[in-house]
Amino acid sequence: MDWLGPEEWQAVRLSLRVAFWATALSLPFGLLTAYALARWRFPGRQLVNGLVHLPLILPPVVTGYLLLLAFGARGPIGELLGPLGISFAFRWTGAALAAAVMAFPLMVRAIRLSIEAVDPKLEEAAATLGASRLWVFLTVTLPLTLPGILAGAVLAFAKAMGEFGATITFVANIPGQTQTVPSAIYAFLQVPGGESSAARLVIVSIIIAMAALLLSEWLARRVAQRVGARS
Amino acid sequence: MTLKVSVSHAYDGFSVQANFEAPDGVTVLFGRSGSGKTTVINAVAGLLRPDSGCIEIANRRVLDSKAGIFVPPHKRRIGYIFQEGRLFPHLTVKQNLQYGQRFVPSGVVCEDLDHVVDLLGLAHLLERQPVGLSGGEKQRVAIGRALLSGPELLLADEPLAALDETRKSEILPYFERLRSELSVPILYVSHSAAEVARLATTVVVLQDGRIARQGSAAEVLSDPTVMPTGVRAVGALLAATVKAHHADGLSELDVGGETLFLPKVSQSVGQSLRVRVPAQDVTLALTRPEGISALNIVPGVISQIRSGDGPGVMVSLETAAGMVLARVTRRSAGQLGLVEGMTCHAVIKTVAIAPEDVGGPAAGA
Repeated sequence: MDWLGPEEWQAVRLSLRVAFWATALSLPFGLLTAYALARWRFPGRQLVNGLVHLPLILPPVVTGYLLLLAFGARGPIGELLGPLGISFAFRWTGAALAAAVMAFPLMVRAIRLSIEAVDPKLEEAAATLGASRLWVFLTVTLPLTLPGILAGAVLAFAKAMGEFGATITFVANIPGQTQTVPSAIYAFLQVPGGESSAARLVIVSIIIAMAALLLSEWLARRVAQRVGARS
Repeated sequence: MTLKVSVSHAYDGFSVQANFEAPDGVTVLFGRSGSGKTTVINAVAGLLRPDSGCIEIANRRVLDSKAGIFVPPHKRRIGYIFQEGRLFPHLTVKQNLQYGQRFVPSGVVCEDLDHVVDLLGLAHLLERQPVGLSGGEKQRVAIGRALLSGPELLLADEPLAALDETRKSEILPYFERLRSELSVPILYVSHSAAEVARLATTVVVLQDGRIARQGSAAEVLSDPTVMPTGVRAVGALLAATVKAHHADGLSELDVGGETLFLPKVSQSVGQSLRVRVPAQDVTLALTRPEGISALNIVPGVISQIRSGDGPGVMVSLETAAGMVLARVTRRSAGQLGLVEGMTCHAVIKTVAIAPEDVGGPAAGA
């Protein structure tokens, strides 16, 4: 990949790292939230549902600003985490947090749909065969949902790669620190002669997005085959 | 007693109140759809928590609403065979069969895989995925899966209802084998008189959420006042022995000294079986008829004539073969002058007895 300059390459590497951690760390929470929304009836369920989807509807700048208020060095959560050595402000971890928050609704949606497609009657059957709720989840629900979970993760990864508004508001645009691919494209377009760098990053973005989309479509078809084949 | 049930449950303006004890063997919960059968069996399984009640499986209390006891389904040690099979689509047949084995408490002796595979004829299916199986094959796998979970009670909720007639006659013999070869009691939900006739040791009749009658299969099937599926399903249940198979496709049966010809049965000579003779397929004649095509003519004495609301009457005839029921019109009963105590002949058309009315060993009949 020597057609990418060092600065561009840095942005791609940072984006991959941010997107990977954003996806990996939010996956357990995404799974739990999706399962709860799909299978549990609890007070405040609609509120949780709304909160999860909020980043999808709010202007990203608003989400980024809210993150800054909460997780900034002076924010209530930031002050709490600061002494523990965890800081988000103007660091790549902040970019990962912003990307995770923005990608969360997509991830939860994909996983939730695939959990809802699992016939509860199969889970009942597993229970009558002696499986506790945890075993039912591990041996029936989870395997049947797996392609949906992977699809959700792929979508979240792609979204995290492309996140711009919330990231730049929350952690700014510092090369090597918080300058992801979209921020770098934006920055290159601000300077004369940056068009060719921007163009190369645009191509990289398109390739990654297309690959993720195709992978997620393929996984979605697999879940349909698996769960659709009810017996 | 292996199963004691006493539950009451209300939902959507319908209430179920059932109180019965099921001895060893096959207990059929018999009733038309909407009579509350599935509610009762799901309460036994723990898939439904009834408003109140008490359930004991093999002397273990799994439900006692007063004491606040509710044992969840996975700890009840039951095997449940559902109407739609409910095999796990992501597992092979073998993995489906083995699913429950890992949850069998240690120290419990239960069926081994080879025996069950052999019993249900599954050897050639083990590596297949459920999606490619026929309805009958799926149901056999479901039966095997339930057996291998080491149950103290087998539950079956209309396991044949989703199958066509051919598949039904393919699966029924397996349930008969379970009854005779295994010690696990079975609670079997059905709306089919033929299944009751073939399988039931005890019948519990459910009507509108209440138990209308409990008794042996022969008693319940011959009683038009409780037959939940209507007077057309009423029939006598006879215990027979195979005497010979003939080249013209008929089997000769001995029924208490009387001879009965039936379309060829699967049992071999000397074996016993149950035959259900539907009352509407029996004609009555005052004298022994000559020159008619029906092969089976059994003499007897009228022990009872019951008339219902419709144009028909139900005549019980005491014969050497046992009690035979005939459903004739009120008009012909009048014309023949039928009265209790009179001698007459029951004419049973050979082909009227369907294969699904003929069942294996007359155990507990």
